[in-house]
Amino acid sequence: MSFWKRNLVPLTALALGSLVLAAAIVLVLVPPPGRPGVITSGVAAIGGPFRLTSQTGTPVTEADLKGKPFAVFFGFTHCPDVCPTALFDISSLLKDLGPAGDRMQVLFVSVDPARDTPELLRTYLESFDPRITALTGTEEEVQAMAKAYRAFYRKVPTGGGNYTVEHTATVYLMGRSGEFVTTLDAHENREAKLAKLKRLVAAS
Amino acid sequence: MAWTRPRGVLGTAAIIACLTLPAALASETPQASAPTRVAAEGAPAVYRVGTITVERPWSRATPGGARVAGGYMRITNAGPEADRLVGGTFAAAGGFEVHEMSVGADNVMRMRPLAAGLEIKPGETVELKPGGYHAMMLDLQRPLKAGESLAGTLRFEKAGTVEVTYTVQPLGTPAAPAGGHSHH
Repeated sequence: MSFWKRNLVPLTALALGSLVLAAAIVLVLVPPPGRPGVITSGVAAIGGPFRLTSQTGTPVTEADLKGKPFAVFFGFTHCPDVCPTALFDISSLLKDLGPAGDRMQVLFVSVDPARDTPELLRTYLESFDPRITALTGTEEEVQAMAKAYRAFYRKVPTGGGNYTVEHTATVYLMGRSGEFVTTLDAHENREAKLAKLKRLVAAS
Repeated sequence: MAWTRPRGVLGTAAIIACLTLPAALASETPQASAPTRVAAEGAPAVYRVGTITVERPWSRATPGGARVAGGYMRITNAGPEADRLVGGTFAAAGGFEVHEMSVGADNVMRMRPLAAGLEIKPGETVELKPGGYHAMMLDLQRPLKAGESLAGTLRFEKAGTVEVTYTVQPLGTPAAPAGGHSHH
């Protein structure tokens, strides 16, 4: 008897706490069937808020992208192959889009912010279409961006204090309200990529 | 495996012919001493050391500020024993590593240095190309410009060291620039 009396408050708290925890687990693990007022495409939630710095040193957030569709992809300048190729490909696609390409934005997000300063990125981008913006930030800011886009990256030591960065090579195409539309992937041919970009800017 | 191809002396000769013929045809003067002109104009495209043949070493123009570049080539081992590409040099770079790169089904680009070098099995050809094995030129001292040639070396565990010349292809060149291997 005295046990229950003495422990009434902590036991109640424990019971309530367990209920809240269980409810939280259900909310987190069981996806809602569809939130009212939100159009879902049936795909993973990709995109969201971020805060990064452009190659000109200007802060950029998702708010700056509102109103225009955009492409986002991840890479770094100490990358011999995939990253310059991706930038080259998107530059040539923008060229083919012509003035319609002005209706979208292209963001190259560094996954190596320690080495990719805004100054280095500015120099690097001079070799590509001027409509491309490079973004860098603190490690935390870049991590948050990658997480928002479900992108993977990881530093891999290569000896002698050097490292390379493994990363998702997907180009994410986002609509004018920041919603995920589709991706361009490395295995697609050029015509398929161009058609996707044309649809993206036409929908804007 | 797709990148391995046993090849004898005749096959190698055929490749050399295939590689040099288009260059000769593309030469400004169609008549007369095209082969010698080609040899005089540029570096020879084929290098040999021991049982190893290296064809068309090339690199790609780099964006401004880039500190790395890729080195690509085809290496054939005509000998009875496996050999390994273990190192080398590149005129505009402070370091040289041999890397393996792949983009998996998850579309993640993965890269790792081959600490023990790249094995070239007897009778096999291994292609170093964008999207796969490559020489990683580190600490690039200046951007590479399309059309230039840069000296370098390749060091094989058994065959030893061979001097080569890399030709720099334009940014975005997807595959071996000569010899018509760019079908994807």
